[in-house]
Amino acid sequence: MHKIRVVIAKPGLDGHDRGAKVIARALRDAGMEVIYTGLRQTPEQVVAAALQEDADVIGLSILSGAHTKICPRVMELVRQHGLDDVLVVVGGIIPDLDVPRLESIGIKGIFRPGSAMKDIVEFIEQNVRTQAEI
Amino acid sequence: MGAMPPASGAPSAGRRSSEKGSPTAAAAVRPAQFTTISGRAVERLYTPQDVAGLEYARDLNDPGGFPYTRGIHPTGYRGKLWTMRQFAGFGTPEDTNARYKELLRNGGTGLSVAFDLPTLMGRDPDHPLSLGEVGKCGVSIASLADMETLFEGISLADITTSMTINSPASMIFAMYLVVAERQGADWRRISGTIQNDILKEFIAQKEYIYPPRPSMRLITDVFSYCAREVPRWNTISVSGYHIREAGATALQELAFTLRDGIEYVQYGVDAGLDVDEFVPRISFFFNAHSDFFEEIAKYRAARRIWARVMQERFYARDERSLKLRFHSQTAGVSLTAQQPYNNVVRTALQALSAVLGGTQSLHTNSLDEALALPTSEAVTIALRTQQIIAHESGVANVADPLGGSYFVEKLTSDMEREALGVFRTIDDMGGMVAAIEQGYPQKEVAESAYLLQQAIERRDKIIVGVNDFIAESEEPVPTLYIDEAASERQLAKLETVRRERDNDRVRRALDALRDVGGGSGNTMEPILEAVRAYATVGEMCDALRDVWGEYEEVPVV
Repeated sequence: MHKIRVVIAKPGLDGHDRGAKVIARALRDAGMEVIYTGLRQTPEQVVAAALQEDADVIGLSILSGAHTKICPRVMELVRQHGLDDVLVVVGGIIPDLDVPRLESIGIKGIFRPGSAMKDIVEFIEQNVRTQAEI
Repeated sequence: MGAMPPASGAPSAGRRSSEKGSPTAAAAVRPAQFTTISGRAVERLYTPQDVAGLEYARDLNDPGGFPYTRGIHPTGYRGKLWTMRQFAGFGTPEDTNARYKELLRNGGTGLSVAFDLPTLMGRDPDHPLSLGEVGKCGVSIASLADMETLFEGISLADITTSMTINSPASMIFAMYLVVAERQGADWRRISGTIQNDILKEFIAQKEYIYPPRPSMRLITDVFSYCAREVPRWNTISVSGYHIREAGATALQELAFTLRDGIEYVQYGVDAGLDVDEFVPRISFFFNAHSDFFEEIAKYRAARRIWARVMQERFYARDERSLKLRFHSQTAGVSLTAQQPYNNVVRTALQALSAVLGGTQSLHTNSLDEALALPTSEAVTIALRTQQIIAHESGVANVADPLGGSYFVEKLTSDMEREALGVFRTIDDMGGMVAAIEQGYPQKEVAESAYLLQQAIERRDKIIVGVNDFIAESEEPVPTLYIDEAASERQLAKLETVRRERDNDRVRRALDALRDVGGGSGNTMEPILEAVRAYATVGEMCDALRDVWGEYEEVPVV
């Protein structure tokens, strides 16, 4: 059994990192290994970090509306690099209209304003690939 | 939540309730924690003994009198109501121009421009990092051509405009000046505000481009240019709003913001400016958060601190240098995606605190902003909220109606004293730029954000509809959806501008800007020339990136 490894990333130009940082700390306090990439990462950089860190989970924080372009690109790169079993979750301002679109490209968890840290922790614990090994 | 906030935010946790009031009053109380949303302990009752040290003439005075605790105008809002200034911007300049005309038709009295992220970050719409961001969180402005469209049919001589722009503030301001000039408006008479506050970007919102020190030079260049050429322009809006939104407590917002203000004044003085020449054009921007009395005390403390600091630390003489003027905006972070109509009530209470605190202008958030940019209907309700406060509630009839409240005066004095303690910590670090370079305010804010989130999850703090009073099922509210069409139109327009302008003139202008940036002289002059040549925001910012480099923060988690 190893610690769940999570890459938390803020892709795009937005700098509002309160949510990303709070979640990074909550996951760490829940016993996960958290790598926070910092601000303004391109999808390529995020996926490269996930590869390099052998991440079980990629958490994207997007508040600007750029998820419509960024999420499909991240998922495309995830597939290209054979990371299909990495759990990808998104947090931020995601309009209703976009939820089914994100789910259809393989984003498993979508956490919108008001989400509780403990629910996010539980979701990751229940859906991550390493669960079988625990 | 008695343990929060840390260090600078630590309230003096008095537990003296049993000592005060009638003997029976300390009896039955609910098992709640009686703290503000910032974790400040409050007493059951405040009495004359809490304000025993206050001297009216020295500490309060009538509105309009030093130290302006009770407001900067002797007549309160009788002379002039606050400006109802709704922050707006989305999609293309054409889209936003239509929204502005509607706001003005509905009785809005000033404009406030929200720019999209590429503009805020000094990137053109065709830059790879602009992917998916063009026109999303604000209006896309790439060149003077976009600015001309944004204000088409709106007379800049007759309205005041606030522009939330920071790293590329000089470039966007120069565009505004050129549009005004072409409309025939006199630069000496036009007024408005550019946010132009880079320190809070490093602390909270993170829309920085250059390292702190050259960024500060851009700002002092605007101070001196405006003192000469655009004397009624508010050259900076020192902002606590974003610091609070990032998680700060009320005290941290107050202390960091005013300490940022002190830093700007110091840099201006160090650049050779006379205090009374530029400080009167400095204004502030605070958050109007949910804890009603703590917010009111915050605004009153801010005025008193600023007046005293300007007099004692900088020897300001002009009364206008001593008077802290501020804009306020209700707390975006307090809006809930759950039961969004409740946000109308939250916003009304927050707006009321700003008015009772003596704000000069106010933006009220719309009920749907935890979900998306607001619809036109939601914006109208937000504006109507201010109009109801102004015209129906009666609170605007009397200046500082809460002055003399034992509770409000005690809170005001406590916050002043605690803020001065934070100033000393930052002074000891070598000032705010040095404190930022050491990550101090960033860490403090992140810590407070985490502690509040934990308090919410423990249900020490109740957020209606989120961790209590949850609805079984909810009807979705209509939201504004911004598609990619705006991005495509902006990309096409950018291409046209680049093709039709005089590219030799652009190149010369950018070379001149690079030279001044790398050398000495006021950056505003070459920026104005570049703007007139239709150089883009991205090109102008790149010219300075060439000589100043870019800032990269060490992430603090």
